[in-house]
Amino acid sequence: MPGTDRPGRIVVVGASLAGLRAAEALRDNGFTGELTLVGEEDRPPYDRPPLSKAVLLGRVRAADVTLPARRAVDARWRLGVRAEGVDLTHRTVLLAGGERLPYDRLLIATGTRARPWPHPGEAALHGVLALRTAADAALLSGLLDAGPRRVLVIGAGFTGSEIASACRGRGLDVTVVERGPAPLVGALGGTLGAFAAALQRAHGVDLRCGVTVTSLQGRDGRLVGAELSDGGRIEADVAVVCLGAVRNTEWLDGSGLAAGPRGLACDAGCRAFDMYGIVTDDVFVAGDVARFPHPLFEYQLLSLEHWGNAVAQAEVAAHNMISEGPRRRPHLAVPAFWSSQFGLNIKSVGVPTFSDRVVIAQGSPAERRLVAVYGYRGRVTAAVSVNRAKSLEYYERLIESAAPFPPDPATTDRTVAPTPVPSDVPDPRQLSHGPTVALTGHLPDRRGLALVRRES
Amino acid sequence: MPPETLFRRITDYASRADPYPLYAELREARVARQEDGSYLIGTFADVAALLHDPRISSDLHNRTDPRAGGLLPPPDDMPPSFIGVDDPEHDRLRRLAMRPFGPPHSPGRIDGLTGEVTRIARELAGSLDGRDRIDLVDDFAYPLPVGVICGLLGVPAEDVPQVHAWTESIIAGFDLTPGQDEEARTRAAREARRGMAAYLSGLAESRRGHPSGDLLSDLANDHGPDGSLTPGELMVTAVLLLIAGHETTVNLITNGMLTLLRHPDALALLRADPGLVPGAVEELLRYEPPVQLLPQRTPLTDVEVAGVTIPRGAPLILVLAAANRDPLRYENADRFDPLRRDIQHFGFGSGVHNCFGAPLARLETRVALTELLRALDAPALVEDPPPYRRSPVLRGPRHLLIEQATGGGA
Amino acid sequence: MYIVVDLNRCQGYAQCVFLAPKVFELHGEEALMYLTRVPEDQQDPVRRAVAACPVQAITVGGAAGAGN
Repeated sequence: MPGTDRPGRIVVVGASLAGLRAAEALRDNGFTGELTLVGEEDRPPYDRPPLSKAVLLGRVRAADVTLPARRAVDARWRLGVRAEGVDLTHRTVLLAGGERLPYDRLLIATGTRARPWPHPGEAALHGVLALRTAADAALLSGLLDAGPRRVLVIGAGFTGSEIASACRGRGLDVTVVERGPAPLVGALGGTLGAFAAALQRAHGVDLRCGVTVTSLQGRDGRLVGAELSDGGRIEADVAVVCLGAVRNTEWLDGSGLAAGPRGLACDAGCRAFDMYGIVTDDVFVAGDVARFPHPLFEYQLLSLEHWGNAVAQAEVAAHNMISEGPRRRPHLAVPAFWSSQFGLNIKSVGVPTFSDRVVIAQGSPAERRLVAVYGYRGRVTAAVSVNRAKSLEYYERLIESAAPFPPDPATTDRTVAPTPVPSDVPDPRQLSHGPTVALTGHLPDRRGLALVRRES
Repeated sequence: MPPETLFRRITDYASRADPYPLYAELREARVARQEDGSYLIGTFADVAALLHDPRISSDLHNRTDPRAGGLLPPPDDMPPSFIGVDDPEHDRLRRLAMRPFGPPHSPGRIDGLTGEVTRIARELAGSLDGRDRIDLVDDFAYPLPVGVICGLLGVPAEDVPQVHAWTESIIAGFDLTPGQDEEARTRAAREARRGMAAYLSGLAESRRGHPSGDLLSDLANDHGPDGSLTPGELMVTAVLLLIAGHETTVNLITNGMLTLLRHPDALALLRADPGLVPGAVEELLRYEPPVQLLPQRTPLTDVEVAGVTIPRGAPLILVLAAANRDPLRYENADRFDPLRRDIQHFGFGSGVHNCFGAPLARLETRVALTELLRALDAPALVEDPPPYRRSPVLRGPRHLLIEQATGGGA
Repeated sequence: MYIVVDLNRCQGYAQCVFLAPKVFELHGEEALMYLTRVPEDQQDPVRRAVAACPVQAITVGGAAGAGN
């Protein structure tokens, strides 16, 4: 049991999965000082993955989605309060309303929010919404309960695809519009993108790829339809905007931290960088808002919107916040995520977009049971399973050991070695849906500074 | 002693009561090549990796010499069950068998047996009442799972003794000792397997078109997206379920009571709080797993483990019970701790071939231990170690004599 | 009592569905869904599922943040 090298006051900004698990890990690791959690939403931490699945299917009420406590954290909970700034010199967090919270160490876990529809007037129409919070999910499931004529899903990333699946599960007509060539293509590349497109169509989704929504149209303040870039028109009374996530870093503007649209950069030990790329020693970061270097991916800075990353990184950050020097640990977990849609369990390990080739190593799209393995310059960098989760840990070991790509063709369900094809990962700018894994480049030790300006 | 003889020492009947020091030796070696060209594996990490490795086959046809490695009966003329084939065939057969047994098609079937399992267990436990000496195996641990699996499949009560006799012969055939009456036992096992198969086929045929609510009826009449089991597939699946349905749980229950009688504090704890029994069952599956090793794996290509290349086609033997006590995975791995947390054991294997009947075994063992602890009054072992069954694979006591304090019960 | 399942760990062994079919369900062969809030009469089956999960992926507890 590690003792606490560093007592004092810890403030955690962000009271969702990463903030909660960090608080629990701090106490598990023996931190006995004062602990404060600040959260913008007014409800205690809750689990987001069920919002686009069980909640939309009507199995679970949004109000019943929470996170079980692993242990008591003996913290002050400041919920429903925005943090508006950090003063690194005086070590205080500025809260909305002017209050200043002093800290000895700070954990930033402010996560992401849904990217809004770019036209505020259209976004304000009744029936137009995004899905990120429990309140969003409650609203959307209410709209679905009312039996809309058609639901329009804008963007076919994981969230958009899961919403489309829930709509079909409820027997609702649904149109999915995606600027890119296929659903999920931003995260999984061309082969599984094509698989996802066929899957959606087989389940009765009206899928339109290579198309954008040019305007949402309302009557009496309610959504009635949408116009598409190909001249098409859709009548719909619900539109779910699934354009990916925006990192909650604006509150750090002017703080001197290396925070921007792509997240807050940190070292492998979760210590935040300042704007000059110098590592801080009392500001830590974890979860969706973090950009961190990963040795398996050439030390590029990764931004992950992954449940498992939030948990693992929070645990490492918490450990390092109360440990000195050599006792600190790196955050080396292999990225992993899952999605369930259209009755299939899709799981990923590694970073599928960090690839140049892909091979269906087991099963086949026709069986709807497969493992796709991704390679980059001759080594295995990712694997995605569809209804073959039991095989995935084998491929995780191949990723961890930088095993040669393509992997050994001798598997129990193969008689002929499969042929790798280009992985066809598109430029994210060509997609409606933001990828949930982003290689954000720009190593922190670069001598020059490249200022990334906020979009729009 | 050289690791080349490790497997012989493990299978030697003299080691049956306590094979664990040999398993420790195996973990030390990590990969132990045997004189006959087979390979033994026993650390947690290596066993976990190989159970999930798609290059490892469960089909003996992929073995260079199908008879190498020992322990396995020679192939007979019946088609293999799903435990002896690979995906996608394994997946298809298993999915078909799962449809009437569990989720997603029949999620509540096993849970729905709780009342029946409890009724049988209470009846058997009640028959122990007032007897100052019992044999836990013959009086309880054997008849319980036999009654449950026969009831589930739809075997009429009057046929159960015949089924029991066939099973005994079949299991004996799994346990071949070089130099002893091997041929006679092999022949008897084959005859028994044929007899049981013909019997179950007849039973299934009689249910075709006349479903009576049991598993055999469902297997015979079910038609899903994967089609149906052919009569041959149905026959071997039924034989598998019937044999596996009682030859493993009997050991789990018996090993469980033996372990609790050796650990009176644990026994008292569980008696006081039956809510702890499910966790204790998982610890038992780790500590004294009913299936000690998997003798039926074969690499499809040269596979490297701990710097040793295991050649394609070589017999690969995964010693689950050794992995379950790996000190690199578990603190105080040789200690039985009914309150242990974070148990990930190989008591039911792992990966695609994980035990089909695990949920049934869990239910039976939980109910069995709960009812035994309630019924037995100050139980004590008559002999320790008890006499063991011959098999090093399905390891467990043949008899477990227990004395109760006189005047107890009622 | 509330549940969260680490579905990165989950490999679809479905032991939780066998043990607590009123709380856990499979969509298709492998995708797990569950009631996040455990009904009063399902707490024992859920505890059994927690113990039996082969990959130890199920966490149960009171709602986080309440009074601590």
